[in-house]
Amino acid sequence: MSLRPDLALIAAHVAPGSRVLDVGCGDGSLMAALRDNRGCDARGLELDPADVAAAVARGLSVVQGDADTDLADYPDASFDYAILSQTLQTTRRPDLILEQLLRIGKRAFVSFPNFAHWRVRLSLLWGGRMPVTRSLPLAWYETPNIHHVTVDDFRALVAERGITVEGCWFLSRDRGTGSAMANLLAEHAVFLLHR
Amino acid sequence: MSDDPRIDPRFGLSRSVTLPGPLRLDGGGLLSPVDIAYETYGTLAPDASNAILICHALTGDQHVASNHPVTGKPGWWTRMVGPGKPVDTDRFCVICVNALGSCLGSSGPASVNPATGRPWGMSFPVITIRDMVRAQAMLLDHLGIARLFAVVGGSMGGMQTLSWAATYPDRVASAVVIASAARHSAQNIAFHEVGRQAIMADPKWRGGDYYADNDPPAAGLAVARMAAHITYLSEAGLTEKFGRRLQGRDAKSFGFDADFQVESYLRHQGLSFVDRFDANSYLYITRALDYFDLAEEHGGRLADAFRGTATRFCLVSFDTDWLYPTPESRSIVHALNAAGAPVSFVELHSPFGHDAFLLESPELSRVVDGFLRAGERR
Repeated sequence: MSLRPDLALIAAHVAPGSRVLDVGCGDGSLMAALRDNRGCDARGLELDPADVAAAVARGLSVVQGDADTDLADYPDASFDYAILSQTLQTTRRPDLILEQLLRIGKRAFVSFPNFAHWRVRLSLLWGGRMPVTRSLPLAWYETPNIHHVTVDDFRALVAERGITVEGCWFLSRDRGTGSAMANLLAEHAVFLLHR
Repeated sequence: MSDDPRIDPRFGLSRSVTLPGPLRLDGGGLLSPVDIAYETYGTLAPDASNAILICHALTGDQHVASNHPVTGKPGWWTRMVGPGKPVDTDRFCVICVNALGSCLGSSGPASVNPATGRPWGMSFPVITIRDMVRAQAMLLDHLGIARLFAVVGGSMGGMQTLSWAATYPDRVASAVVIASAARHSAQNIAFHEVGRQAIMADPKWRGGDYYADNDPPAAGLAVARMAAHITYLSEAGLTEKFGRRLQGRDAKSFGFDADFQVESYLRHQGLSFVDRFDANSYLYITRALDYFDLAEEHGGRLADAFRGTATRFCLVSFDTDWLYPTPESRSIVHALNAAGAPVSFVELHSPFGHDAFLLESPELSRVVDGFLRAGERR
């Protein structure tokens, strides 16, 4: 089973043998890859009980819980990496989540769909409607994405909070794209952060 | 199997052993000797690496997957334990022990005090969950099992599982704790006190000294069971099963018969319980449950009960269980996270309240099966 491109990117940049917390781990695909290919000690947090059951059934340590409330339960610096993939924009307070990730993990990976991608801009500019695209497939009333964010918004937030960007990667049509025009050209962004 | 000349009488159904002890009890006393009744299923691997201990609930017993000797009913957890089941007796050697203080062969108030030649009654020492666990550990020493592949338990069985992991961390590779808690709440204690008072208020209880004339406090024990049984169900479950439907009549009787189906059901639960359970055992085991507070045993911090543990944990709660509700499991997960232990947790949906752990639940089976298989891969 091949990993979603943003997850593959993260998996490729996690140091082998490290301790990893995957927040919003779904059915545990990334965790399983990190365990099997990188020898990581991976733990997960996931809201959906069916996904938790699926992840536990594949032998992963996953706790059912809500990132918005339950990250506070994890001790400081208890993981080498805290990972939040495609989940930031669904949380009630993304800024607080970010702080929690960097408290729990020595480093954090955050990936999200870029709301300033040109398709999104065109959709709003010419259609005047909330975009429904490949990376944002659900209509405004059913999407879990309650805090849309752009690459530049995210850069501004981490700069304002004094967070260091250790690495960033951008994806368009599941392939890497440059950093320079990322706010316009990237469908997905992956950031590696530390304090 | 029975033709096998190497057959080991320590293994099989309906086993019992008297161990010299002494068992040092949390209450300060010593128990010696210690009778332990148990069953084993499946075959112990030559290196004894495939043993799973199943811990039973308050009124459960060692017949986890064999017919009950009194009622003739199938074992209480045949959905979970058996060939091809999540706790697979083709792969694992499964051991289930009648808890200390219970009444199906292990030492308890109904067994004979060797010092007097008469049943212990209320002179039996008050025991704790950890005492039950220590007795089980003595049995495992006798069976030659140094380390358990897993300990699995629901309700009080889950408390024993937690106590196992905290007391003998090196002897437990994996722990499955279902519909349980790390301590008894005030509400839990309150319901138990109702049950105990019902037994003690029965004139036939006679200070617990009722064994000689075979006339136990059945009415009191039945009421205790009825009150407790309500806590094992959910309001939605009771409504679905009985609603306000009348029992065998078209109209209310304007009397105090069991007009409602739910009354008839509870009376039946109470009456059938007294045939298979001892009233004094009920007093002792509910006391052990009420005394249970794993954090208290470790300086008030639950995380300290698991500090440095290498045991893997899997916790499951049910959304309609109000006896040991989900926040109780979450606080254990929180403590295990703080201790850095590998832990999985899921709250499953069921309309059936606390008893859901004993009922058909494909998701529970899937979780337990996957968790145990992952332990085999390590």
